[in-house]
Order: sequence, then C-alpha cells, then structure tokens
Amino acid sequence: MTSTLDTCDDAKAARVVADFPILARPTARGKRLVYLDSAATSQKPLAVIAAIDEYYREYNANIHRGVYEIAERATATFEAAREKLARFVNADPREIVWTRNATEAINLVAYSWGSANLRRGDAILLSELEHHSNLVPWQLLAERTGASLRFIPVDDRGELVLDDLDALLRDCKLVALAHVSNTLGTILPLETIVPRARRAGAVVLIDGAQGAPHLRVDVAALDADFYAFSGHKMLGPTGIGVLYGKRALLEAMPPFLTGGDMIRRVEYARTSFNDLPWKFEAGTSNIAGAIGLAAAAEYLNALDLDWVRAHERALTGYALERLGELEPRGLALYGPRDPQRISGVLSFNFADIHAHDLASILDTEGVCIRAGHHCTMPLMEKMGWSATARASFYVYNTRADVDALVDGLAKAARIFKI
Amino acid sequence: MDDDFYRDYILDHYRNPRNFGHLEHPDASADDTNPLCGDRIAMELQLTDGRVSDVRFSGKGCAISQASASMLTESIRGKTLEEIAKLPKDVVLENVGIGISPTRMKCATLGLRVLKSAAIGRIAAWPDEE
Repeated sequence: MTSTLDTCDDAKAARVVADFPILARPTARGKRLVYLDSAATSQKPLAVIAAIDEYYREYNANIHRGVYEIAERATATFEAAREKLARFVNADPREIVWTRNATEAINLVAYSWGSANLRRGDAILLSELEHHSNLVPWQLLAERTGASLRFIPVDDRGELVLDDLDALLRDCKLVALAHVSNTLGTILPLETIVPRARRAGAVVLIDGAQGAPHLRVDVAALDADFYAFSGHKMLGPTGIGVLYGKRALLEAMPPFLTGGDMIRRVEYARTSFNDLPWKFEAGTSNIAGAIGLAAAAEYLNALDLDWVRAHERALTGYALERLGELEPRGLALYGPRDPQRISGVLSFNFADIHAHDLASILDTEGVCIRAGHHCTMPLMEKMGWSATARASFYVYNTRADVDALVDGLAKAARIFKI
Repeated sequence: MDDDFYRDYILDHYRNPRNFGHLEHPDASADDTNPLCGDRIAMELQLTDGRVSDVRFSGKGCAISQASASMLTESIRGKTLEEIAKLPKDVVLENVGIGISPTRMKCATLGLRVLKSAAIGRIAAWPDEE
C-alpha cells in the first residue's frame, strides 16, 4: 500500500459514485443524497441490481430439482455464487452456508453447535462492545445450557483491554467477537485473540457484519472456526448472508432449520440429512439474493479490498480532522482517534443537541446518519451515552460528503444557538 | 422535517424543562421508553379532590420528546384522570407536531402516552396510533 492511497483517491471515488444509481437522485428537498449510514446498510451498485434483475427476467426457477434449461442455469449460477463467496473469504465452497444475514448465521451456531456442545460450568467469552446480534443468542444459549457469559472489557476509547485474557479464557468453550465495532468502528485485535483462544481450546466465532464489507477477510489465515456476515452491508441485497464454518465442525453439527432441500432420504419416521453445505439450507434459498451477493463480491474484488480499506482510512482521517474543528464548540468524538484503528465508523455527540435532533437537521440537508444506541445498549450504558450520532463511510463516499456532514453540523449549531 | 422546526420555545422547554423532577408522594405515575430511540419519560401526578394538583416529569431524550412533555405538564392541572385518559394527540401536536416526520411522531407523543398510562394505571396506546 502506498501513501498516496491515503490522501483520498477522489478520481476513483467519483467513478465509483457513478456506479450507484441512488446517489444520482436528489432528495425530496432537492439536496444531493449524502449517504453516511453504510454501517446500517450499504447502497447497491448497478452490477448487483442488474444481476438480480437478470435472474428474475431470464432464468427464474427453483434450484437443485428441475431438469429443464432455466432450472439448470439457476442451480449453476446459485452454486457459482457460493464458490465466489468462498473465494472472497478464502474458504472451501462446502464451508459456505447461505443464511438470511449475520444474525441468522450466529443463531445457527448458537442453536446447532451451542446446544450440542455447551454444558453447565462452561464459559462463553464475548466483548463489551458486541452488537445485540452477537450477545442475545449467547444469553439464551447460556440460559438453556447453564453456561456462563464473560466479557472482555473495553476502555473509554472503545479498545479491548486484554490484560486478563488468559484468565477469561479459562474453561472457555466459545469465544464470539465482532470483527469491527458497529458503534465505534474499532477494529478488534483478532490476530492476537484468536490464536490464544484456540490454544485455550475454545471454538471461535467472528461476527463479520462490519468486517467483511471493509477489510480483506482470509478465514484460513484468521483461523476462526466460524465467520458470519451479511450481504446487504457489503453492496449486496437484503435477506442473504453467509456462515463460514470449518468443515469438520459443520459436519459434526446437527441441522438447525429442517425441511426440504436439506435432506438425503425421508421416511415417515426418520430422515437422513444432505451433505454440506445444504444440510443447513432448509427450504428454497434466497436464490436472487445469493446471485446478487456474488455480484457484490465481484464488484468489491474489482475495486480491490486494499483500495477500499485505504480509501476509508483516508476518509476517516479527513473526517476526524474536520470534526475536530467543532470540538471547541462541544463536539465529542468517541472511539479510537486513529484511522488505522477504525474501519469507517465515527460516533459522536454535539454539545447538548440530542443525536436524533442532529439526525433530523442533517436530513434537511440530504445527509443520512444514524442516531441512537446502534443495537449496543450495554455498551452505551457502560460509556454513559444515552444516544450517539454515527456517520459511517463506504466505497462511494468522498471528502465532499464529509464536508456536507460538517456543514450540516454547523447548521445544527446555528439552530440550537451554540 | 422542516428546517424551522426547532423554534425558540421548543429549545427553551428542552433546555429549561417545566415541572421537571419528582413528587414526594405521587398518587399516580408511569414511565416508558421509546424503543426506537431509547428516549425515556416518567410522569408523576398528585391529585386533590380527584383533580391534578401537581405534576412532575423526568426523562432523557431529544428536544422534541422533552419539550413536548414539558409543555404538556403545563396544561393538565385541574383535570381529572378520566379527562387525561381522553386527551387527544392534538394536545401535543399543536405544540410540536407541525412539520414533524412520521418516524419522529413517537418522540412528540411519548410524554402524552406516559401521562395517559399514569391516568389509566397501565401502558396506554401510542396517541398517534389511536
């Protein structure tokens, strides 16, 4: 990576913007759409929209059954999509299970692997910054099995404190961590934690909902047992996600949802189950979603994940600088202040203006940000924030978007007489 | 939402909420949270001869929810619980509802919902959904 990448590649960013039809549509107030909520869901490039459109127009048919031409094409394209996602994270296609989203992928592990492997006295280790989707399933699993929950603490800048990691890992059967914090953007030190967790004998699950869209993921190098992510946050459609799981673990796990397509032979009294990965894909899958997600992965590959990271890092650096100008007027920035430590997410509050009021005023200028607890209520409680405003960046954001955010905040300051 | 939504009197009620705090021995009370955003409001009522003789609210949240609750507390003295239970949503929307977006309607009506909950002794329906 060269340092020039970190000075914002505006020319390439402008070409990227042109790939996203929604960004060319002004808001109802005639403002340019400034979309800074990609941590909630990303926009979709024409390539993804076209791939979904093509499936429905040209070869819509169910998969794994029909022998006619369009059914063969649907099956081949659906399974090719799986291979593309496998390559995207450096896995074997048999280790790629389609789910609705990262949440469903985590629930699959909690119900299937968790219920079969956890006992009273076992511990599950999470961090204090987890999204509810990587907390609630484990709370329920702990209730069902008698296992206990532990948490790696975070410091006041949103970085994990690893001082007591060895003690936390004792008798720990499962470690489930975010790749990137959706609230603060913190990139978790997985390269430090995962090997120690594996040495301690724990199975490791990574919630990659905020990781896979932004950082190059290599599950083989990461050596996590499970990696869960959602399509819609990485330029793909909603309703499709991926659970990567190590083959031996997936083979040994009982099915989660049951029904059609996941079976080998069904008798009235008993059933034998299909091979991986179909064992975990009951019912007709989101075929268009998988095809759309594969188009998104190809689009990201063509952009180059290293460029994506460098672009977001440069933009984050610029945003930290511009938002820093407002600190004397009461802007409080949360999370790590180092663009190297953040993946395109900035959380903040501005003087006594509530985050929802900020979001409403920014909306009048076409600027879309998120306000609230970001599905991390325990973290908010710990930090003492009732709500924060969150701006998040992706491939189609430019410095002009950051400027629009700062101008909108200046407007909010005028309205609130700060 | 409109640009000029945050008028001076809304900011004044947000920064200087009226009847803010707690009663020592409330005769009726309720509290609730807007699950969308986590805004919180509690309402406490004191009754004399069946009518509201004192009121306090407390809470945390955006300018709309807090100003709306503050203004509401200024208009309910002398009312019976039955009258409060029947208050129309316009009682708050006249103050803060102009130009508000549908998703923020809950912010404007949270205080009224909590007040009505205190009056009927259980969680009331959202006023904007009645």
